[in-house]
Amino acid sequence: MTGHDEGPGQLSPAADPAGGWWGTETVTVRYGDTLALDQVSFRAEPGRVAVVVGGDGSGRTTLLRCLAGALAPASGLVRRPEAARIGYLPAGSGIYPDLSVAENLAFRAAAYRVPAAQARARGEEFLARAGLAGVTGRLAGRLSGGMRQKLGVIAALLHRPGLLVLDEPTTGVDPVSRADLWWLIARAAADGAAVVLATSYLDEAERAWHVLALDAGRVLAWGTPEQIAASMPGTLRVSDQRPAGEAARRSWRRQRRWRVWDPGPAAGESAPGVAVPAEEPVQPDLQDGVTVAELARELAGERRL
Amino acid sequence: MTEVLAQCAGVTRRFGHFTAVDGVDLQVCRGEVVGLLGANGAGKTTVIRMLLGLLHATAGQVWLFGEPPSRRTRQRLGYVPQGLGLYDDLTPGENLGFSAAVFGQRGASGRGGRTRKAGRAGRDGHGGLPEPLRRFGQTVVGSLPLGVQRATAFAEALDHRPDLLILDEPSSGVDPLGRARLWETVAEAAGRGAGVLVTTHYLDEAGECDRLLIMAAGRVVAAGTAAEITAGGEVTVVESGSWADAFGALEAAGLPAALVGRTLRVPGAHPDQVRGALGGLQATVRAAPATLEESFFQLTLAGDNPGGAR
Repeated sequence: MTGHDEGPGQLSPAADPAGGWWGTETVTVRYGDTLALDQVSFRAEPGRVAVVVGGDGSGRTTLLRCLAGALAPASGLVRRPEAARIGYLPAGSGIYPDLSVAENLAFRAAAYRVPAAQARARGEEFLARAGLAGVTGRLAGRLSGGMRQKLGVIAALLHRPGLLVLDEPTTGVDPVSRADLWWLIARAAADGAAVVLATSYLDEAERAWHVLALDAGRVLAWGTPEQIAASMPGTLRVSDQRPAGEAARRSWRRQRRWRVWDPGPAAGESAPGVAVPAEEPVQPDLQDGVTVAELARELAGERRL
Repeated sequence: MTEVLAQCAGVTRRFGHFTAVDGVDLQVCRGEVVGLLGANGAGKTTVIRMLLGLLHATAGQVWLFGEPPSRRTRQRLGYVPQGLGLYDDLTPGENLGFSAAVFGQRGASGRGGRTRKAGRAGRDGHGGLPEPLRRFGQTVVGSLPLGVQRATAFAEALDHRPDLLILDEPSSGVDPLGRARLWETVAEAAGRGAGVLVTTHYLDEAGECDRLLIMAAGRVVAAGTAAEITAGGEVTVVESGSWADAFGALEAAGLPAALVGRTLRVPGAHPDQVRGALGGLQATVRAAPATLEESFFQLTLAGDNPGGAR
């Protein structure tokens, strides 16, 4: 627990997820005058990966800290298992730089009372799979960024947690190490863990079962990628050119073309300057759904740079 | 013919016995955005350091604007490093003013070639700050949100209207709309005639580039548009009510699968092979076109380890 505004928010540690999920219900967190999380609800189900996506200052880390039990909310409910059944990788990798790779895992196994033989077998399997078998004697502080993150994830899932909470495990990691990390994440889910992963990248969110998009502490979007795409209000078109006039504010660049969002229904082009001959309608995907949610907030003056 | 702004021809760079860059050919022309992709250690940063004139090639030739990299060619470059390269204790305007002064002085003392004007930052009352940055004018960069810092670094790199823009991992930690806006800035610079060389770890962003170069173990292992690089590549997609069992069965058969939502994607394996590995498990198995990330992954593994073993 930390000293931040611990209010009447509730924690409910349990052995099994009630109703089949871990997560939060209308959780609010304040740091002094700053509202870090504003009534955020989401769920993580066993055997599935939930991704929390948002930029710097979105509240991702605060939400994951609540879920891991490192922070109590001012109000709302956190549903999480008892501490021994949580695996948590804080942002910046929760490993001991002055211990070797093998010592990091041995220490973690002891802390979670995993039998030594079992910890060694599981550790060796994951280290080999993640390309770390050759560096078990190396000090963790001397590993490359990608190797450090892989070690952090292996340490967090060593004790077969029921809830695995990973704060930006893939940020700054190259694509090859990222694939190893995603294998570890999938393996944890296949073993039955509910996995919650924070990232700033929507292409990673596309790999999730459930996605929570946060912006300045508030929920922008929640659901499966398909649900978020389908719930996009208004209509979306693609154009080879950036539209002129007012429509420019409702457009953004994607894959070398322009997406143009119209908050109104598909019928007719009412506003002058909106219709550009080369525009064609397009079916929104997850990225479009989240981007439009951000854009709508920006246009309403609720969001800046 | 299109003007070639940056070129590497058969460029090799060794550090002692280690070959970081091995016979690389690369071109960036006026108005195009070229993506340089690769895992850590593939040699991307070494290539950039040679283009910036910070490292010499051990063999082969590097040209910037038709001449070897030098202080003079540096003035025509805009560079945003991974760490953004800003002074934390200065405001955004002061950062821009400082860099404009540096470029301006160098421009005035440059011999021959183009004479560069001092950047816009030196001339107007807002220190040349783009409009969205002005309200942060009184705050030092170190206390600003990451997104604002990044916008400042871009404004600084673009302030002297560079002919070549080099961006190293420009978008890490940026929200989706912020990322789209960032690529708009890049596209605008290219639209004005600048050439852009950009590295990214996120292959989704590679789709914003006109052309791509993929490096592995110091060599260029693929070059072309995203469509050209992925052309013909296939993966096997598995949909099963019990994906975890399918995941385990494939792993046991030595066919590691990637989890995407509720489906599994198996690179480098034929559907029949996958069906065999799944045994009697209830599943839909089909071939699908490989994504750029999957193609990249296969190319990188083959390039890192021509023998095939990991």
